[in-house]
Amino acid sequence: MDKFERLTGVAAPMPLINIDTDMIIPKVHLKTIKRSGLGKNLFDEMRYHDHGGEKEDFVLNQPAYRQAEILVAGDNFGCGSSREHAPWAIKDFGIRCVISTSFADIFFNNCFKNGILPIVVAEEHHDIIMEDAHKGENARISVHLDVQEIITSDGVVIEFEVDAHRKHCLLHGLDDIGQTMEKAHAIDAFEGKASQERPWV
Amino acid sequence: MSPKTLYDKIWDAHVAHETDDGTCLLYIDRHLVHEVTSPQAFEGLRMAGRPVRAPEKTIAVPDHNVPTTPDRVNGIDNEESRIQVEALDKNARDFGINYYPVNDVRQGIVHIVGPEQGWTLPGMTVVCGDSHTATHGAFGSLAHGIGTSEVEHVLATQTLIQKKSKNMKVEITGKLNPGVTAKDITLAVIGETGTAGGTGYVIEYCGEAIRDLSMEGRMTVCNMAIEGGARAGLIAPDETTFDYVKGRPHAPKGAQWEAALTWWKTLYSDDDAHWDKVVTLRGEDIAPVVTWGTSPEDVLPITATVPSPEDFEGGKVEAAKRSLDYMGLEPGTPLNEIEIDTVFIGSCTNGRIEDLRAAAEILKGKKIKDGMRAMVVPGSGLVRAQAEEEGVAQVFRDAGFEWRLAGCSMCLAMNPDQLQPGERCAATSNRNFEGRQGRGGRTHLLSPAMAAAAAITGRLTDVRELM
Repeated sequence: MDKFERLTGVAAPMPLINIDTDMIIPKVHLKTIKRSGLGKNLFDEMRYHDHGGEKEDFVLNQPAYRQAEILVAGDNFGCGSSREHAPWAIKDFGIRCVISTSFADIFFNNCFKNGILPIVVAEEHHDIIMEDAHKGENARISVHLDVQEIITSDGVVIEFEVDAHRKHCLLHGLDDIGQTMEKAHAIDAFEGKASQERPWV
Repeated sequence: MSPKTLYDKIWDAHVAHETDDGTCLLYIDRHLVHEVTSPQAFEGLRMAGRPVRAPEKTIAVPDHNVPTTPDRVNGIDNEESRIQVEALDKNARDFGINYYPVNDVRQGIVHIVGPEQGWTLPGMTVVCGDSHTATHGAFGSLAHGIGTSEVEHVLATQTLIQKKSKNMKVEITGKLNPGVTAKDITLAVIGETGTAGGTGYVIEYCGEAIRDLSMEGRMTVCNMAIEGGARAGLIAPDETTFDYVKGRPHAPKGAQWEAALTWWKTLYSDDDAHWDKVVTLRGEDIAPVVTWGTSPEDVLPITATVPSPEDFEGGKVEAAKRSLDYMGLEPGTPLNEIEIDTVFIGSCTNGRIEDLRAAAEILKGKKIKDGMRAMVVPGSGLVRAQAEEEGVAQVFRDAGFEWRLAGCSMCLAMNPDQLQPGERCAATSNRNFEGRQGRGGRTHLLSPAMAAAAAITGRLTDVRELM
């Protein structure tokens, strides 16, 4: 997994609440058996006309935000399905950090497995960051995971919380499976005990 | 011993390892797999040279992509869909996991097949790369959706890295009125809590109205726990549960059944257990409901009118404007005047035998409106066979419904069953998101009986008028 330490980049504002996984990556793009190449279809139905041309008013089609690396989104971002194609598409587009007041549970988990940092901030902080994002490409926001700070283009510093284990994995680019394999003895022990207590499983 | 919720009890019975910060390795008893969210996970195993740790606890079935027309026995036309299904065929074979291929009579939607075959049992941990895994919570099993990286993690280690969620109790007191179903309960709850109201929680549904539900109804309720944002939904197992499970192909038998039953009977929330959040609805207050917008929280009784964006606050104002525009609806329009052109009965929410019976009860002796496109997609081949045997299938055919083969179908429209832009569908499925049933398609969620009523009249209809 790619490491995430510090990032400074353009932040795209998407204030709409309840942006769901079908908006992030519609199901027609779930038929792939690969993880890569989904960035061009990120927000497909919001981003392109039915005939395929770009919708000029969509944020990621505007010149200021075409290279956005941060997304500032409305409440309950990523609700809906478990499709990891959603974070795959976000990452493939080039976005490494999503900031919102809340995320749907499965999407939130999926981000951490893919080197994307989802940050939950309080509403008053969200307002400040959203306003900054609206300033376009001149407003570059910094995200420092090591010290858990967001710094707006005006120098406003906003602290954020992150789970210690997840932070450690992101900072070092660690994959979960390898780490869990190191605890195989505990899984073996559990299986031995459980097969006695609940043999029908 | 301190009092525990049902969730606490199942959780405690499955922690294989815990670190100081509360991060746990949760042991997984059943891992369900389908073709869309698994290919990358199996590829990851291959690249690392890892086997599936517990193939006997892993069950795969293709459902999302499969066509539901009879000609599917000749193969899948769409190349990408075919490749995904063939990849699952190969992965199931190569890794030695339990498998129901597309033309096996036991094939169906993974969340219908699991319980039907007795793979899902009370007190288990169940995961699947699909958010509607919450369905299995109806058995008093801790069941939730996971992403593909986690699918690979479970395949490799039979565990999941988890932190414990909070406990939320949703109590539905009293009795339901005629015409009100499990679907109306679960939509009404989401209407009450919002789609983010359950975020961070595992919900336990309880109360008389829940106890009175069949297993099919309980699965409908738990299925949509995810639409309320919860990690999982649970219902404590009882005689209704045990009766359903007994005799299923993979249910325990003989002495093991007795041992299992003894443990299962301890799976309930203690009287003085701690709840982080409690929501109570009166069963008598729940009406047949429909959704008007593009979020499952956009729920209203069928007797209401389309709301105005000004009825809301905060970010919901813009969201409601966008929804109404997408749905092509004017504020103030009575919901029961909204004309529809498509009816879809099926999905992991409402594709079980009881759902088909409820719709057939309304359709008996009647015809769907001229020009209506109506399809019923049974949740599994066995549900389909049972409906054929009971005469339910014939009621659908006589009414003018297409009688399809099992799969996810138009719930998410990954197969050829899709809406065209602007088409408006009364659907028994679980999501009314923009584009969910096809780009530009408009979805109104409702119960199977309400869907049948809409098919007859050609508009959203209060089913009580036809009872």
